Amino acid sequence: MPLLNVEHMTHFFAGLRAVHDYSIRIEPGEIHGLIGPNGAGKSTIFNLITGVFKPTEGKVFFLGKDLIKLPPYEIAALGLGRTFQNLRLWRHMSVLEHIKMAQFSQITYGLIGAFFGTGKRNRQEKENTEKALKIMDLVGIGKLADQLVPNLPYGLQRRVEIARALAVNPKLLLLDEPTAGMNTEELINLINIIRHIHERTGVAILLIEHRMKFVTDLCERIQTLDFGEIIAEGNAEEIQNNPKVIEAYLGKGVKT
Amino acid sequence: MKTTGQVPAEQNKFKTYRNKLWAPYRQVPILGWLLGMLASAILETFTGTYFALVFGMSDIPALFGFTVVIKQPLLIPGVITYILIIYVLPIAIVARLTRSLTNYIAGKLQEYPFWISAVMHIVLFYFIINTWAVMNDYRVLLAKLMLIAIIVTLSLNVINGYMGEFSCSHPGFIALGAYTASILTVLFFVNDSVLGAALLPPALAPFLFPVVLILGGLLASLFSLLVAIPAFRTRGDYLAIISLAFTFIIKSLLENLQIFGGARGFMNQPDLATLPVVFLWTVLSVWIINNFVRSTLGKALNAVRDNETAADAMTINTKKTKMTAFMFAAFWAGIAGGLFAHVMRYVNPGSFGIKKLAEVLAMVYFGGLNSVVGSIVGAVGFNLLSEMLRPTQIFKWIIIPVLLILVMIFRPTGLIAFREFDPKKLLRAKNKMEEDK
Repeated sequence: MPLLNVEHMTHFFAGLRAVHDYSIRIEPGEIHGLIGPNGAGKSTIFNLITGVFKPTEGKVFFLGKDLIKLPPYEIAALGLGRTFQNLRLWRHMSVLEHIKMAQFSQITYGLIGAFFGTGKRNRQEKENTEKALKIMDLVGIGKLADQLVPNLPYGLQRRVEIARALAVNPKLLLLDEPTAGMNTEELINLINIIRHIHERTGVAILLIEHRMKFVTDLCERIQTLDFGEIIAEGNAEEIQNNPKVIEAYLGKGVKT
Repeated sequence: MKTTGQVPAEQNKFKTYRNKLWAPYRQVPILGWLLGMLASAILETFTGTYFALVFGMSDIPALFGFTVVIKQPLLIPGVITYILIIYVLPIAIVARLTRSLTNYIAGKLQEYPFWISAVMHIVLFYFIINTWAVMNDYRVLLAKLMLIAIIVTLSLNVINGYMGEFSCSHPGFIALGAYTASILTVLFFVNDSVLGAALLPPALAPFLFPVVLILGGLLASLFSLLVAIPAFRTRGDYLAIISLAFTFIIKSLLENLQIFGGARGFMNQPDLATLPVVFLWTVLSVWIINNFVRSTLGKALNAVRDNETAADAMTINTKKTKMTAFMFAAFWAGIAGGLFAHVMRYVNPGSFGIKKLAEVLAMVYFGGLNSVVGSIVGAVGFNLLSEMLRPTQIFKWIIIPVLLILVMIFRPTGLIAFREFDPKKLLRAKNKMEEDK
């Protein structure tokens, strides 16, 4: 059974067709890339999969479950962690609090536990803290636990987002332009971190990217999107040599 | 250049002198301060009247002499000496002298479960308030109202601070709690001309009073859904308007219910909200609310406030979280309302209108958003200030708003905002901390 199976998904914003007939199958442990020029509908696809928007047509299955009727938080709890293109961190919270917050669905002590500070609550909070610290070590931000997120440099904020997405216990990780605004050094760092995460946890990854180096280094399969439609699909080499892709990125009339 | 070089030197001298004087007090644990306050309160009980007469006052100054000074500025030196002799010196001396003893006790208590230490401190604190207040009926009333204000402010902070919604519905919740509790106690425990003879023996009243208060809280909690459900779809200004409408609806509803006195109000509540009762409820509310906002379930409110989309994507059920916050806050507002009604022993719809709202909002924003300590400081500070400035009459309503504006300019989120309150840290011994450094 594929981990994620999207079939013929189409979405309209009012009259505008943002995504047309999009399909993807991701097996456990795979790394997929999704590239395309600005406004091609890449982030919209993420939002459709995670339930922020509901597709006008088409089907989305995750682990065989139909996601169309589920609210975003339940979809996330099934094992779908994501990051955002422009960081969406909680500006008054520390790094540790971010990671612990993403374990929300794993909390079982309930309101009574929260109100009266029961033993169960304290035990679970402690366990969650330990789990969170492990995740932070994995991403290389283990020493920043008590830092407030707005005080961190941009590259580290990106990592906090990835760590937070990992705390959901994901089987599939959706990374939306994780290298946006990064320099080459940070980029290589991030490639190593994502490889490390993939090796250690075996989580499947779907990532949106602009930078070819990042995508070709990491991804086994790449889809290219333009005006909401898939124009090419294949491995890194096939994509790089595909005339349609070159046309979408560079325009017509360029010789290769 | 020379002069600019000299000024910092002199400032430094002053600073080192101040630091030297203050240094021993950094190591005084809370227990030491409490002992000092107790000593001061006991001293005032026995010698307060005497000193007050010596310094030209007719009676013990109820609120640290502020009201006296405003009425008769000539008494300023006397009042200052009184404050020094009765409050400042005893607290300073006792705190300093018992420093090693209190540190030893606080250190020993850390070895036992935390609740033992907490209960000890709370009991001691209650004795201080009680000793200080019973000298004067006015002080008792003020202490009760301040404690109730703490509950109200904290509960509003849950919505406006922790969850970041601008809700104006609190007077409505308070009114619901106040009327529910009043009607129930009068119906069951009082021979009333409107609601008939007492259904239960009045001797039972103190024991069933908590149940009555909780029922009031639950009703407020239920009605809070009327504001919480629109909050799923709207935020900011629109929710403010909806919640304001809620307050007005509750107020006019009560004004038109003639059976409960209508606009004239509802009275004859039995005297159940004594100082220890109010104190206990306040401690309970601070404890529970603080527990809640420090747990991950409570911090979900902050996540919803700072970025709702991210909260949704991180498995947080945002609708449920909003509902919980509103119901929880309304519950405590209802409790506070019930206590308020039984302190005043009279309620009328007029006291739950726009003026109450302004007062509650001022306390929250003055004290500090997203902070339990801030709410306590805000509630106590605002009430003290408003009572101290009472003799200035109409000027009070110029001074307080100006102060509020200043706070908003220099500390936009309030005096003590975004700080976590850890009772364990507060109560621990202070000498060990120095060693760690």
